[in-house]
Amino acid sequence: MNTLPRWADLVLLPLVSLLVALLAAGAVVALVGQDPWEVIQVLVHGAFGTARGFSYTLYYATTFVFTGLAVAVAFHGGLFNIGGEGQAVMGGLGTGLVALWWSAFLPAWLMLPIMMVSGALFGMAWAAVPGYLQAYRGSHVVITTIMFNFIASTVLVYVLVNHLRPKGSMSVESVPFAPSAQMPAVHELLGRIGIEWPSSPLNLSVLLAGLAAVAVYLFLWRTRAGYRLRAVGSSPGAAEYAGIKSRHQVVMAMAISGALAGLVGMNEIAGVSGKLILEFVSGAGFTGIAVALMGRNHPLGIVLASLLFGALFQGGAEVAFEVQDFSRDMVVMLQGFIVLFSGAMTYVIAPILARLLGWISKPLASKTTPGVSHG
Amino acid sequence: MLEQRPVAVRMTAIHKHFGAVAANANVDLTVHSGTVHGIVGENGAGKSTLMSILYGFYQADSGQIAVFGQPADIRNADDAIARGIGMVHQHFMLVDTLTALENVMLGAEPHWLLQQADAQVRSKLNALMASTGLQIPLDSLVADLPVGDRQRLEILKTLYRGAKILILDEPTAVLTPQETTQLFGVLKRLREQGTTLILITHKLKEVMALCDEVTVMRAGQVVANVPIAEASIEGLAQAMVGRKVHMGRSADTAAQTGAVLLQAEHLSVTDSLGVFRLKDVSLNLRAGEIVGVAGVSGNGQSELIDVLTGLLTPDQGQLQVLGSQFEPPHWLNPSQARALGLAHVPEDRHARALVMAFAAWESAVLGYDDLPEYSSAGWMNHAHMQHATVDMMERFDVRPRDPQLPSSKFSGGNQQKLVLARELGRAPKVLLVGQPTRGVDIGAIEFIYTQLRALRQAGCAVLVVSSELDEILALSDRVLVMNQGRIAGELPIADCTEAALGMLMTGCQV
Repeated sequence: MNTLPRWADLVLLPLVSLLVALLAAGAVVALVGQDPWEVIQVLVHGAFGTARGFSYTLYYATTFVFTGLAVAVAFHGGLFNIGGEGQAVMGGLGTGLVALWWSAFLPAWLMLPIMMVSGALFGMAWAAVPGYLQAYRGSHVVITTIMFNFIASTVLVYVLVNHLRPKGSMSVESVPFAPSAQMPAVHELLGRIGIEWPSSPLNLSVLLAGLAAVAVYLFLWRTRAGYRLRAVGSSPGAAEYAGIKSRHQVVMAMAISGALAGLVGMNEIAGVSGKLILEFVSGAGFTGIAVALMGRNHPLGIVLASLLFGALFQGGAEVAFEVQDFSRDMVVMLQGFIVLFSGAMTYVIAPILARLLGWISKPLASKTTPGVSHG
Repeated sequence: MLEQRPVAVRMTAIHKHFGAVAANANVDLTVHSGTVHGIVGENGAGKSTLMSILYGFYQADSGQIAVFGQPADIRNADDAIARGIGMVHQHFMLVDTLTALENVMLGAEPHWLLQQADAQVRSKLNALMASTGLQIPLDSLVADLPVGDRQRLEILKTLYRGAKILILDEPTAVLTPQETTQLFGVLKRLREQGTTLILITHKLKEVMALCDEVTVMRAGQVVANVPIAEASIEGLAQAMVGRKVHMGRSADTAAQTGAVLLQAEHLSVTDSLGVFRLKDVSLNLRAGEIVGVAGVSGNGQSELIDVLTGLLTPDQGQLQVLGSQFEPPHWLNPSQARALGLAHVPEDRHARALVMAFAAWESAVLGYDDLPEYSSAGWMNHAHMQHATVDMMERFDVRPRDPQLPSSKFSGGNQQKLVLARELGRAPKVLLVGQPTRGVDIGAIEFIYTQLRALRQAGCAVLVVSSELDEILALSDRVLVMNQGRIAGELPIADCTEAALGMLMTGCQV
């Protein structure tokens, strides 16, 4: 059987998948009577063409990096964590709660790290329970994390409605945090050093996301703990032989995964809303699965895939706004195609691509090195 | 007398290759109708392959099959069943969550309404059970049935489908002696009723007790085919394992054996079905000796190694190794074992010894990643690890010498050399090796033997488990033979002949 060379697997395959997804989506756009070329132009311009648009793209991407990394870490431990949504919700709750309690009297340099740690710990705890149940009780992590998503969202509703909502208020949200709990916005920071930048929700969490990606890379490929986690994920038998306690690794993988998802609160709660609200995750946990899938579970790939999905969100909003009769649902469809082709259909595309590459390289090889077998 | 019976199965000049390995080479088999025909041979002799070809699991590369005189092109199990061939596999093919009756009709429901089908099958089965003596409770869940009942159910299932030729693959492997006797009664009765039985086994006593004719296979070929009246256990054992006695011992055999480094007493392990996998096994290993464990695969050797390396906690027993003592439930674990100086080369290279997806250098530190030269304060020192891997590759001649290549891309022999390099690199005091040369190319075998012998000279205690008798004889100073989870016997190498070992392996007393 043909296998793809590494470069093709990492670079070519995602690009081809993306292209096929765009073609398929373009066909649907044409079917409903729109010009696909115009749509893609508006989309790309909306996502990257303006400073404001690009800031939004980065802002969306930030959240996807967190949830995408969460999925990837669990995946390297052999676990399919689809509870990023719930872990992000709990992370936001953790971020928000400490802000509500202490932001009035703690300075920002102390408050923000506390919020970050609290968010990570909440997400961690929320993921560690399914991890524990998987490791020690054999309850499948896919089932439990799904259930934990529902529980998390109802917990958030309960806490907001019954405890945090100011008396008499009709909207389900907490009181605003004090300014010390506000993650600095990028346009404010740039303005302070004299660079004019349009206002956007983009905040310092984008750096945090970059750091998280680097940290995940270092953890997985430079630390012993990451090595052991990957060993458990790719060969439980060999890990057992090596004396690695796979149950610990499972709980740890889930805990780290949850902590990463929990950081979503820094971008959405501390960075944008400035108060605890409902629906601040709005599906980003699930998008994280697509991001990790498309990014081949590698931090760099996840950053790139997050940018793509961020661009789709931002550019899609522009398209819905600019192009007549083009609803947001069409953008969701496009995302659906990308997830389908970069995730599930990869295994359909890969063999075809491998055969194509084989055809291309065979005549070349026989020309350059006649008579040498490359089997 | 046999010759006068009609021929049920005739297989002519069967060839079957798997890659470069000839599983069957020019095999002829003639089974007479209404007889029990035994096929014996060591693991990997090709008897299961031959039967899989007859049952349609594999297609022969070349050769002919005729069933009851008709040329038969058997492409799958359905073809086989249509020609009246049924097979009872060593590992039962039953759905645990269905009842016995439902299992029988699965895939052959006579009516689309289940209730109708149920009634039809039930009446047919009752008649079948009465005539054959294969009694089982039809409405019990398979999960609740004892092993003997499950096997009877498997036989009943094939008979229900109209099997006139019944292939039984190691039918007594999982049975108690009483169940075996019962099974033989049933099989004899089936023979009286005209069913042809093909019995794949390695237990020669059973062949002598039941069969009318026996075919001996070795290394993919038929080496003997005799009526039972002309067969003897000794003769069959000789034919089965009878490669010329290969005492490929090196000159330095008379090594000084030293202190007992590992002593295990009364080890017992039962599996989830309650069957003993290891029963009251005691052994000791001394410094400077190689102890071979011979036996047909699946007689407890894997469990023994797993227990001694801490991968499996026994139900009972004691272990003293390199000055530490263990008793269940506080058994040795693999990290402790390594720290004590006990190294392990697992028999299953792909599932245990290497992480196939890892680069060679990552696999080359598996289990040793916490050594100070490999990591400090939790950070891995990639440069040192890769250096060490190149070193290992040099010393053990692993090719290609590319530490970045994924472990799965090396050949079996080079993977095994890498594993040996890793395990031998820390100068272990005790080494346990499972199937040291399984799947290893011939060129690497001698190298591996040399390494193991050098280790013995250095005062290490080595335990070698192998299903290759040649290997046991070439390496060992003394030999333990395992049969059905017990140590069936122990022989100093001087007393080891393949025939004697073969007898012990097949459960006969010498």
